[in-house]
Amino acid sequence: MNTTPDVLAHLQAARKSYGKVLALDGMDLKLHSGKVLALLGANGAGKSTAVSVMLGLCEAEQGGARLFDLPPLAMEARRRTGVMLQSTTLPDTLKVGELLAMTRGYYAEPLSVADCVAMAGLQGLLGRRYGKLSGGQQRRVQFAMAICGRPRVLFLDEPTTGLDIEARQQMWSAIRERAAAGCAVLLTTHYLEEAEALADHVVVMQAGRTLAEGSVAQIRERVLQRRIRCNTRVDEHGIASWSGVRRVQRDGNVVEIQAEPVEPVVARLLAEDPQLSALEVQRAGLADAFLEITRAAEAA
Amino acid sequence: MNTLVPTGFTRSAMLALYLRETKYEFLRVLRTPAFSVPTLVFAPMFYLLFGVLLNHGNAQAASYLMATYSVFGVMGPGLFGFGVGLAMDRERGLLTLKRVQPVPALAPLLAKVGMAMVFATCIGVVLLALGMMLGGVRLDASQAAWLLGVDILGVMPFCALGLLIGTLVNGSGAPAVVNLIYMPMALLSGLWLPLKMLPAVVERIAPLWPAWHLGQLALKVVGQDSGRPVGMHVAVLLGFTAICLFLAQRRLQRA
Repeated sequence: MNTTPDVLAHLQAARKSYGKVLALDGMDLKLHSGKVLALLGANGAGKSTAVSVMLGLCEAEQGGARLFDLPPLAMEARRRTGVMLQSTTLPDTLKVGELLAMTRGYYAEPLSVADCVAMAGLQGLLGRRYGKLSGGQQRRVQFAMAICGRPRVLFLDEPTTGLDIEARQQMWSAIRERAAAGCAVLLTTHYLEEAEALADHVVVMQAGRTLAEGSVAQIRERVLQRRIRCNTRVDEHGIASWSGVRRVQRDGNVVEIQAEPVEPVVARLLAEDPQLSALEVQRAGLADAFLEITRAAEAA
Repeated sequence: MNTLVPTGFTRSAMLALYLRETKYEFLRVLRTPAFSVPTLVFAPMFYLLFGVLLNHGNAQAASYLMATYSVFGVMGPGLFGFGVGLAMDRERGLLTLKRVQPVPALAPLLAKVGMAMVFATCIGVVLLALGMMLGGVRLDASQAAWLLGVDILGVMPFCALGLLIGTLVNGSGAPAVVNLIYMPMALLSGLWLPLKMLPAVVERIAPLWPAWHLGQLALKVVGQDSGRPVGMHVAVLLGFTAICLFLAQRRLQRA
């Protein structure tokens, strides 16, 4: 396979089906050193299958995966990889400190226990049994186990499910820190704000294929567009013919306009209606983009 | 790829990894009372009852039952540890996680064997102590060592049988299946009572059960076996272990 040096993990033209369901349909992914790739998609879009193939847990019928240019299950590859799977129940009766000691022992140069505790937010938990922890605390333990070996590639399958906002932000900053240290991160998530906060590159999946990809900004731009809301008496049918305007909607006094570029439209609105009030200009979030992209694909 | 010692780890670091894995497997099971209490308590308790209290000082019966109850005790950790433990580990995604972690493929299995051996040692020592202190059993040091050796190595066929059960049955069904095999086999192998006290047909079919062969090896140490050669018992146990491993492996490859 052709890989540039900073591509640490690679899914190439992978095709995988479960019975009649095509879970991956020629899917490509590349994880770059120091970059966070967010894999977005509805349930059943194929995200977890993509992760499984990249980890070597299941084999693609066509195409395949390489990790450090090795087969994904090669011990040499695994020792440089950290993984947080979506559905793992660790042994209830072991203490957090024991789980950490066991996992750190798999790696030649693990992070110190103190570093793991600080990065994953495990303060005060080392002596507690895993089964007695809350769901969010358990996720943090799993995260600590994923990063404790100083991995160069990190797979995080919905890492912040069940975390409160503070814990989520703590994990985000730990993920950013790992990426800054040169780690390549693959993040699958339902939370768009998570991708927005972390991702250098976003891949939107549907039905086993890449639907859209690019930076967060590029994905946003796919759905253009900024949105103007204001109270105005300017006729909406007139606005619809202005340059840059894609859509206009009126609801009572409120007019909502999607346009790009948005500035000339705002200037003209203000010029035509000095009484105009409650002016707002919003940028489309990743959530809007995501909905728009998947909806458009479903309609097609 | 070498499944035992991956490159980049020294042999001693690797040995430490296997020992740690075994230690945590043991702690994990020890802290599960539903498993550890019956395992550690049943055999000594039955022995106290039948071999000491109800036995009225018959040293021969006390040493017979000490040998057979220790075999009864060591069957449990292998059968439950593999039969139930492995099925549950699989269902909880733990085996999947271990596959992607840099853990040698055999480590989780060897850890369970090690766990079973530690339990077997505890059971063997407790029964020796009870027999010699309360039951009037006299063994010299080499006999005690041989009996412990039989106990410890004797976990292997039951680990293998447990592994096979674990590959066939899911986690919630496994305890029932294990008990359905464990208890009747112990009785039919003469581990609870000497076979002479059971119907003759039971004694005739006893050589079918691996537990009987292990029991005979333990009884040979105390001089009360039925007189068949050691080699035959060992061969049957090894063969049984190999067949279980073979079937389990075929089953795992298909899954």
